[in-house]
Amino acid sequence: MSFAGELRVDWATSLSLVGTVLKALTVPLVGTALVALWYREPLAPFLATAVLTLAAGVALERLDRDDLGIREGFLMVALTWLAIAVVGAVPFLVAGDGNLANPVNALFESTSGVTTTGATVVENFDAHGRSIHLWRSLLQWMGGLGILVIAVAVLSQLSIGGAQLMETESQTQDVNKLTPSIEATARLLGWLYAGLTGLMVATWLALGAVGLGPNVTLYDAVAHAFTAVSTAGFSPRAESLGAFSPAVQWATIPFMFLGATNFVLLYHLTRGNPSRMVNSDEFRFYLSVVLGLTGLTAAFLVASDQFTRFEQVARHSLFQVVSILTTTGYATVDFVDWSPAAKHMLFLAMFSGGMAGSTTCSIKTLRWLVVVKSFRRDLFREIHPDAIRPVRLSGQVVEEGVVRDVYAYVLLSGIIFVLLTVFVVTDAARVGLGIGEFEAMGASAATFLNVGPAFGDAGPFDSYDFFPATTKVAFILLMWIGRIEIIPVLVLLTPAFWRS
Amino acid sequence: MRVVIVGAGEVGSTIAESLAKSHDVVVIDIDSDRVESLTYSLDVLPIEGDGSDIDTLEEADVADADLFIASTDDDETNIVACGAANVVSDAFTIARVKSPKYLQAWQRARGAFGVDFMVCSDLLTAEAIVGLAGLPTAQDVDTFADGLVQMTEFEIPAESPVADQTVAEADRFDSLTFAAIIRDDHVVIPRGDTRLTAGDEVIAIGSPDSIRAFSSEIAPEEQGPEDVVIVGGGEIGYQTARLLEERGFSPRLIEQDEDRARWLAEKLPSTTVLNSDATDQELLERENVGMADVVVAALENDQQNLLATLLAKRKGTDRAITVVNTGDFAELFEAVGVDVAVSPRKATAEEITRFTRARRAENVSIIEGDKAEVLELEVDPDSVLVDRSIRDVAADIPEGVVIGAITRGDEHITPRGDTIVREGDHVVVFVDTEVLSEVTEKL
Repeated sequence: MSFAGELRVDWATSLSLVGTVLKALTVPLVGTALVALWYREPLAPFLATAVLTLAAGVALERLDRDDLGIREGFLMVALTWLAIAVVGAVPFLVAGDGNLANPVNALFESTSGVTTTGATVVENFDAHGRSIHLWRSLLQWMGGLGILVIAVAVLSQLSIGGAQLMETESQTQDVNKLTPSIEATARLLGWLYAGLTGLMVATWLALGAVGLGPNVTLYDAVAHAFTAVSTAGFSPRAESLGAFSPAVQWATIPFMFLGATNFVLLYHLTRGNPSRMVNSDEFRFYLSVVLGLTGLTAAFLVASDQFTRFEQVARHSLFQVVSILTTTGYATVDFVDWSPAAKHMLFLAMFSGGMAGSTTCSIKTLRWLVVVKSFRRDLFREIHPDAIRPVRLSGQVVEEGVVRDVYAYVLLSGIIFVLLTVFVVTDAARVGLGIGEFEAMGASAATFLNVGPAFGDAGPFDSYDFFPATTKVAFILLMWIGRIEIIPVLVLLTPAFWRS
Repeated sequence: MRVVIVGAGEVGSTIAESLAKSHDVVVIDIDSDRVESLTYSLDVLPIEGDGSDIDTLEEADVADADLFIASTDDDETNIVACGAANVVSDAFTIARVKSPKYLQAWQRARGAFGVDFMVCSDLLTAEAIVGLAGLPTAQDVDTFADGLVQMTEFEIPAESPVADQTVAEADRFDSLTFAAIIRDDHVVIPRGDTRLTAGDEVIAIGSPDSIRAFSSEIAPEEQGPEDVVIVGGGEIGYQTARLLEERGFSPRLIEQDEDRARWLAEKLPSTTVLNSDATDQELLERENVGMADVVVAALENDQQNLLATLLAKRKGTDRAITVVNTGDFAELFEAVGVDVAVSPRKATAEEITRFTRARRAENVSIIEGDKAEVLELEVDPDSVLVDRSIRDVAADIPEGVVIGAITRGDEHITPRGDTIVREGDHVVVFVDTEVLSEVTEKL
């Protein structure tokens, strides 16, 4: 075929690597099957999927594998997430419980899982077994780990929308200097991630043991630890974190916060070196955005008499802001009922995201900080037109090309968000569904920026099930695009990627 | 003492000139014209040749030399020459370098490259500029005893409140000594009743705080500088900005070359780097350079420096400090409106000269074209000073010598008639050149 001969992308290498990932997926599937066995639930959904993914993995892996170039890297990242989303949907289909028996719903749930979004279409939580709920959580935990490794090993090398900044900021301190090899670094981050998850399980169980979390079980602790540290947000409970005691809610906040903190800074923290974190411009910015929005939310909650006790105001505002800003998506209350002012603070938080180099999604504080600094610089240059003033992050100079990339990324995110909103509204009107502007904006941001719950009928205690299938497909695509930082997917659409 | 000097440029010949009277000096230079002119002007042995060539060094009999000074305009030549001299001789080697990069390497391991002492002229110049920038009306600043003592030469302006006061009236600072007054090119050792007049240059020695206080008494309307503009981002300009940043200033730096300007902006986080021509009147207007407290001209070329400072002065800048590469221009520059002209070569020659004071002086500052020197000496057991009061010692040392400050450990002691000097103290003394050799022997 002459067409194939013209391709300049070594797609076989990318597919072969995807095959390796699919093969590895057998392990969590078999693990979940064991859990199903323990709870005397059907094993078929997981064992059948395990066989399927093993076969697909082995078949793809047999393709010729060469060194991974930039293009192959883009292709591999894009395909990996897509492939896991597809494989992840199979257990839902085989189990055939509730509305997840619908293929679009199954794919939505699985994509929302592996992209660590946390938007759910599940209407009746009791319709699904514990093993299926655990699979939802496990997908998110793997998605979080995957993005952490990919962010460090691949994205930072590919210069995506300023993602290479992570490397710049880290030249002296962070990511790549942890260890000389990418593999060793990835392993280190993996252990840190697992350690944080284990710590959260232990914390929940400890609270349960001392009577501060009466209904906490090992199952709850594990399922939530999987989705908190990955800043993803699925919960086996219909009321999300609202099902647990205030002490458990308080104890969960730090784990969401840390999950959205640059893991390299966390690594240095574990090494007894907190100065890196304290001196990081981005960390300070992240912390101040969290505290600032919490303060505003609390003020609006007080103004609208939403809660009576101070502890309630403090807990609910901090929990919701941290949950939405880190793109986790848990809720302790149904914030759909909050006053418009308080709700809009959460809407704003969706666009922030946590720090780069973490499991967080959205635009990320690193990019916003560059935007703020470079904008301030531009204002300074209005007054001193001859001045040369580099943008600096934690003292390191940010190259002008990177600043431009960051602007482009933020603009692109905005454009995609607006287009998606318009699509949601028009598609709903097509099928005669009345969806308000704010609901549509909320749902678009919550999916594309991988936050999870939105407002109105797509609120934290509701589901995305009511959206038309076409809208759900659009959400699926954009969760995928948003999670892997837009560019790896968009470049696949350019002819230059394939030909020149 | 036998001294070999490589390079008969401004630095080399300045050093040769000051040493020729009392030492055996050999000067090596590659340029035959310079060698020839040296033959007639100074009582030294000139040799034509390459200072880094071992044959030339042997011809100069480096093996018998006590001091070897490499002071050409080329950093690498100087370092290599010291290295070569080190192979054939035990002489103490001094290399002059311009770029701080060699100094940084050398500071890691003193003695590296076979260099026993390295003088970085660009850094010295920047240090001098930063010292001057902080003190209005100061003409020369030098620090002694690890910064505990400062020597400053002030010019008394006509409108100054201390003009027409007696020294006793003007000196109200405990830790300050009026060492000397230079009046009409003569050194005057002040007494309590000596009257200060406008145009006098006062040499004050004391703690940095008291020097600053005295500076503001001379010119009370001048606040300490806040706004410093540096013109020219070469090595001196860069080092000046860097040192000012270290002292908490946020200077502005004008550099014409865009790549260099970008480099500077990346290296200097608190400095506003402007990429423009400093002689562009519009820029000076737009950036309000006239409002600046101090303008430092550190361009490569003397004429441009003069032009830039005169423009800035015309716009209203309070004080202009100019780097002057050709030392002879210094006086001319100061005559036409530059407040202070700083010569990197003079600063370098001064720094090197301290090693020739029988290598006893810890530090040296040369006053007004070699009229006098301020020396820092460590008091050894043979000194006439040991365990005696200043009043007693006065009888044994000639006129023209003033003990300006004493440091004992980290402590600053103001010398008064009854102060007893101990072994191991550091004394900072002002010495008239005429009695220099006699005094250095005794102290």
